[in-house]
Amino acid sequence: MKHVIIIGAGAVGSFIARSLSRYQLDVLVLEKENDVGDVTSMANSAIAHSGYDPVPGTKKAYFNVRGNRMMPQVTEELDVPFMQCGTLTVAIEDQQLPMLKELLERSKENDVPAQILSANEVRAMEPNINPEVKGALLCPTGGIVNPFLLTCNAMENAMDNGVELKLNEEVVSIEKVDDHFKVTTKNGVYESKVVINAAGLYSDKIAAMVEDIDWSIRPRKGEYYVLDHFEWNFVNHVLFPLPSEKGKGILVTMTTSGNYLVGPSSEWVDDKDDVSTDSLTLANVKEQAKMLVPNIPFQHQIRVYSGNRATPSTHDFIIENSKKYPEFINVAGIESPGLVSSPAIGEYVAKELVGKLLPLEEKKDYNPRVRKHLRTIELSDEERKALIAKNPDYGHMICQCERVSLGEIEDVLSRSVPINSIKAIKKRTRAGFGRCQGGFCQPIITMLLAQKKGIDVTKVAYGKKDSYIVDHKVTKGEN
Amino acid sequence: MKEISLVIIGGGSAGLAAAVGAYDEGVKDILIIERSPYLGGILNQCIHNGFGLTEFKEELSGPEFADRFIKQAQERNIPYVLESTVLEVTKDKVVTYTSAKEGVVKIQAKAIIMAAGCYERSAGAIGIPGDRPAGVLTAGQAQLLLNQYGYMVGKRVFILGSGDIGLIMARRLTLEGAKVLGVAEIMPYSNGLNRNMVQCLEDYNIPLYLSHTVSRVYGKERVEKIEISKVDERMRPIKGTEMTFDVDTLILSIGLIPNNTLLNNIGIPTGRSRGCAVDNHYESEFEGFFACGNVLHVHDLVDNVVAESREAGKYAARYIQGQLEKKQDRIHVSAGDGIGYVVPEYVALDGSKTTAFKFRVRKPSKNVYITYTLNGNVIKKVFKPVIIPSEMEIMNIPSELLGEGKGELSVSLVQKEEN
Repeated sequence: MKHVIIIGAGAVGSFIARSLSRYQLDVLVLEKENDVGDVTSMANSAIAHSGYDPVPGTKKAYFNVRGNRMMPQVTEELDVPFMQCGTLTVAIEDQQLPMLKELLERSKENDVPAQILSANEVRAMEPNINPEVKGALLCPTGGIVNPFLLTCNAMENAMDNGVELKLNEEVVSIEKVDDHFKVTTKNGVYESKVVINAAGLYSDKIAAMVEDIDWSIRPRKGEYYVLDHFEWNFVNHVLFPLPSEKGKGILVTMTTSGNYLVGPSSEWVDDKDDVSTDSLTLANVKEQAKMLVPNIPFQHQIRVYSGNRATPSTHDFIIENSKKYPEFINVAGIESPGLVSSPAIGEYVAKELVGKLLPLEEKKDYNPRVRKHLRTIELSDEERKALIAKNPDYGHMICQCERVSLGEIEDVLSRSVPINSIKAIKKRTRAGFGRCQGGFCQPIITMLLAQKKGIDVTKVAYGKKDSYIVDHKVTKGEN
Repeated sequence: MKEISLVIIGGGSAGLAAAVGAYDEGVKDILIIERSPYLGGILNQCIHNGFGLTEFKEELSGPEFADRFIKQAQERNIPYVLESTVLEVTKDKVVTYTSAKEGVVKIQAKAIIMAAGCYERSAGAIGIPGDRPAGVLTAGQAQLLLNQYGYMVGKRVFILGSGDIGLIMARRLTLEGAKVLGVAEIMPYSNGLNRNMVQCLEDYNIPLYLSHTVSRVYGKERVEKIEISKVDERMRPIKGTEMTFDVDTLILSIGLIPNNTLLNNIGIPTGRSRGCAVDNHYESEFEGFFACGNVLHVHDLVDNVVAESREAGKYAARYIQGQLEKKQDRIHVSAGDGIGYVVPEYVALDGSKTTAFKFRVRKPSKNVYITYTLNGNVIKKVFKPVIIPSEMEIMNIPSELLGEGKGELSVSLVQKEEN
């Protein structure tokens, strides 16, 4: 019997797990996908929003601002790339200027540092901005974060502190039996005193397994372009248009690895698993983005992707005990600004919600840090030499575009969260993320993963469990 | 810091031929830096034949062709390092590379030849609509997995793009037991060499869909189905023309891009081919930096790569020997109407009897003149009954036509007037 079962290992589930791992509790995380952070946490804008936008007094506002404040320490402990580059919300037309003032007021209410910049100030900061710019709201505490490592490392840290994770475990039913829950997956039955529903897009389905609910989660798709990194700084801040009912609008931003993102669109979809892209939608994204930055170098496009926001019918995050069973906690509808909010949500759920149900006694040996990642691309020649002298695999480059060494890939394979796919390696090391998109390194990594895991090459997955890369081994001619 | 006269980045056909060219011109202090565990580059995975018809007057497979050049380099004892990746090249010609064996090595070079080849355009670069499952591979990936690692990528295959590697893989996968359901090409003409169209598609009854593209990929885990559509003149899919194919694999052969990042990073100007802008000595705008092979412009035949690269090696050697001065006077060459790019971008007259111009046309044309216009005057017209983009043109123009070697030269395609 576990103390707590968390359903879902996205950013939210992983940070709840990390916050609980501080205490003397048996915690199990069940994830239906082949890796942690493989759905919405993987396909978003990778922004650590400041909190200028959510309606004051909402959960969104509270957790966004709190999460943003936690971000420097959390990313330091978890060794996650984070840059507080600031965000600019840009007015392109005169009639939008009053909206900047409204946002400034909202920022003040949310206790978020912000100031309005003149057109000239914006042009000086962002030479590529639409020259028609009329002004902008600068929020210096906003920034960008590596969303893959934020989630992976939160879970890794939780596991290093004793949390158990099971991947490819899709929950099919939940039953309350006496003083505990029986959680049945496609593979087995698990029992716990407390269940936390952090199932993202499917959190309404999970919640409905224990009680009738009056809320739902509707997938709202966002499609993006990814541009390669190049030698000049194309934009220096996260650039937003003014927000509308459809969200924060189409942004232009760099990422912590020097790439650039343009997107997202905002479309309601029926299928929660539909992350397909559409050329008309993307063409529209391109047109709208040009309003912010007219000369986006789309010749450097290396990928398109999309993800679904878990948009709640309640218009705010749902973070509360279920009405029927207090021991069942819903953490649902965590759409934007969910990524930046997740450390604060984790902290709150552990201390305020689980803390009321179970005694929280701190572990003596709790360690908030993960083992440092050695990224050879960030090392000086001398540091690199010393590292390769210790482990020659750090001198053997596997991904030429992103400069990822064999040593770095072996390192992620030796960490607590199991690595089951090429994509899991890609998310953690950036191997295959560059301009050739794995053209050169993916076959090499396929062979490597088979060898390191001791599995047949035909069993190596690209992403999901059965997403095999090669079909069969060629047999020699027999006659 | 180590000092080496000539550093060559890349040990494929271009790098090896450049090394041989430089050595035979008298520069023997050379280092070839190759990232993979063997010399010969991509030729090693090209196990089909058709290589060497010009160079060796015989038909060789890729590995055989590579082997000839590896032997040429080895006979000359030209040094090379394998499994070594160049991290940085500076404007002062300091080359930094890393390997498991040597750690980090810095070399001061007198000249650098960039011979790093090209990479394949990816699904992401063109944003193929639909899902992003496993089973979408570039032709080169499928070729490596099959020919070097011994694994078939799928059973039922569709191919997007009629580039030569795509056509070669259509045949290869068919011979190995897969069903290739078709090839879609967005242009109204094929992008592969004629011989590959015949020998790889027609001989195996593989349909080619011209003016078609993949308009959607379906599949959550692995590719399950693709949809192709006819495209309009602006390359947009036309509604109502969709056809679907149940396949587990989509192979892409949608273009090759010079792998020129190391030189882009130090700001060496690039030309229309996306490689360095070079002069008729394969020297870039930065003195002592040379480029040849597919990193300069994507070639059709490896025979052309080695011929070009030997020349580049020769000129790099002359530069090291102090015999290649950068002339003040030179002609700027540009691609005019109907021409995709021209190499070289600059011509500095050096006493050679002829000057070679290499280019590709934008679309297949019949009965045209390739017209060379220097400072407003047509200096040469070459009639071509047929000219196609998949073939790289090489034309040797008498240098005496190039006047004083100054001004602007434009190469363009002019339709012959019907009488």
